This record gives sequence, C-alpha cells and structure tokens, in this order.
Amino acid sequence: MAKRAAPEVNAGSMADIAFLLLIFFLVTTTIETDSGISRKLPPELDENQPPPPVIKERNLFTVIVNSNDELLVEDEVMQLKDLRAAAVAFLDNGAEDCSYCQGAKAENSSTNPTKAIISLVNNRGTSYKRYIAVQNELVAAYNELRDREAQSRFGESFVSMEQRYNDPRTSDRDKERLKPRIEEIRELYPEKLSEAEPQKG
Amino acid sequence: MSKFNKKKSGDLPAISTASLPDIVFMLLFFFMVATVMRQNTLMVKNNLPTADQVEKLDKKDLIMYIYAGEPVDRYQGTYGTSAKIQLNDKFADVSEIQDFIYQERASKREEVVPFLTTALKVDGESKMGLISDIKQELRSANALKINYVTKKGDAVENN
Repeated sequence: MAKRAAPEVNAGSMADIAFLLLIFFLVTTTIETDSGISRKLPPELDENQPPPPVIKERNLFTVIVNSNDELLVEDEVMQLKDLRAAAVAFLDNGAEDCSYCQGAKAENSSTNPTKAIISLVNNRGTSYKRYIAVQNELVAAYNELRDREAQSRFGESFVSMEQRYNDPRTSDRDKERLKPRIEEIRELYPEKLSEAEPQKG
Repeated sequence: MSKFNKKKSGDLPAISTASLPDIVFMLLFFFMVATVMRQNTLMVKNNLPTADQVEKLDKKDLIMYIYAGEPVDRYQGTYGTSAKIQLNDKFADVSEIQDFIYQERASKREEVVPFLTTALKVDGESKMGLISDIKQELRSANALKINYVTKKGDAVENN
C-alpha cells in the first residue's frame, strides 16, 4: 500500500454554485407589501359615558347597504358609481361660514364640513366586497376634497403629501414642513365616518 | 544594468479566487436571513376585494393577520362551506380572537405594542356579519387600528 497524497479538490467552481443559489433566492423571494384601507375602530363604550351630542339631521349623511348589496343614500336608492359625487356634494355644501367650500349651499345639506358626518349602516348579509367598495368611495370623496384644498394652498395633492410624510426616505426637515400642512387640511375636512353595528335580517 | 532588470520576471501572479466563494456565501446568507418568507398557508379562500384609495402597510413586524373566508375545497368536507376565521395556521372561532391578540401583543416588544395594526384579509364573498363579529372582538381586545387588505383596482366596476 503506497501512501499517496490526496489530490486537491478544485474549488474554482464553488463560486459558481454559490452564485447560482444566490440568484435563485434573489429571484424567488418576493418582498410584497400589502396595501389596504386603514380604519380606526371606536373604543368600547363605557357604561357611564355621557350621551353623545345631538346631531342635526341635515349634518348627517346616511348610507344604508342592505343584504342584496343595494344602496339607500339619504332615503333614496342610489348606484354605487354615484355615491362619491353625492358624498362630495354633501361634505362640500358649506351652507354656514365655510369660505373654502365650493358646494351649492343647499338648505337641506350639511352646514360645514367640520360638522358633516357620514353614517354607514350595514346589514349582516351585505357582502364584504360591497362594503369595501362603499368604504372606498367614501374615503375617495374625502380625499378628493382634501386634494383640491391642498392643491390650491400648497400646490401638492393631499395624498402625495401623506405618502411623502410616511416615506422613511423623506428627510426630517421635509417631514417637519409637511406635518402642519397635513394637519391643516385634515382640520378643514375631518374624516367623520361613523359605522353603526349591522342590522340583523 | 542587468542587476536591476532581474526583478521583472514577466507574468503577473494569478489572483487567488479561493476566497470568492466565501464572499458569495456571505451574500447568500445575508439574503436568506433578510428575506422573510413567512406566509401562513391559507386554509380559506382569499380572493380579496379591490379598492383604489389604499395605504401601504409597511413594517411587517407590526402587523397581525386575521384571515377569513370559505374553507378551500380540501377542507370543505371537514369544516363545511360557511365562512370561517383563520388565525395562524388553524381555523378558529370568533371567541379566540381576543386570546390571539393578547398572544401577539405579548410576543412583541412593549414599546411597539401601541403601533400594532390588525390586517383583515377577508374573502370578497364573505358576509358582513362575520366581519362585524371580528370587529366587535377587536374592540373588546382594544386593538383598534385595523386595515382591510385589498387588491389594487377599481372599486366600482369590480365589486
């Protein structure tokens, strides 16, 4: 038995193998971010809470969705595609001291965007996608008005301001500048969307 | 003169590539560790509704997922066809949501707890009854920040 030196293994192709693996992982892993409509739930009711303030009927915009996914807006049947415009008209009505509103100032609609409340009532049989569509349209109505106001005041849409504010790449100085602007617009058109507990049957 | 020329011995020495694999492996490990692949295996149908007024959900570690919808075909024999809730990898009852939220909270660092968001991934065909039950439970658990996860698209035409 002659003692032979073990031949050296050629490690030159090791890099190729590793690269192959690296590229495989780079390609197969998708870093997907979910997106959706953010909402805040009301805190649970306290028993000894003072009763809610009385809201004028004209400041309330009721949207009812029944179990057949049909819409009843302010006691009238409405198609989903008309909802956004109706909500905008209601919010932007501005019958009383609202210098920035461009609405019709109708007698039977909201007095001021800061007082206007949209009330959404669902049925337990309403489908989720219809609910999301209604939510989407109502959020869109708010965004439309906020965008308009932001555009005329700061020359940038509200949605893009918010996006930049939430972007971690935006510098702190920019954020500092954006924050009061966003808050100002939010105060002009506060998002007051109330949801009742769904009705049965 | 030949005394000085001696050192120029012609060929460049070959650069050793022996450490190249190490570098590449380092990169490989970095990517393997950094990419999060944790995606619960879905046991419910999850055809999300579409919407276009959406916000991005960054910071994955601050999100708790609740899935709901009809069980997929494979589980319909055992669990029926009515919409169900899925927490982690199991079907769950509405009453288990609160425990789930408390567990998730306990597993996170204390300072990030107020920023936790509950993402609802619910099938478009589900009924609002189930969703409002979930919301009621979340309210009792004081998990008030929620997000309805949707696909991007036109809300009016697709729904």
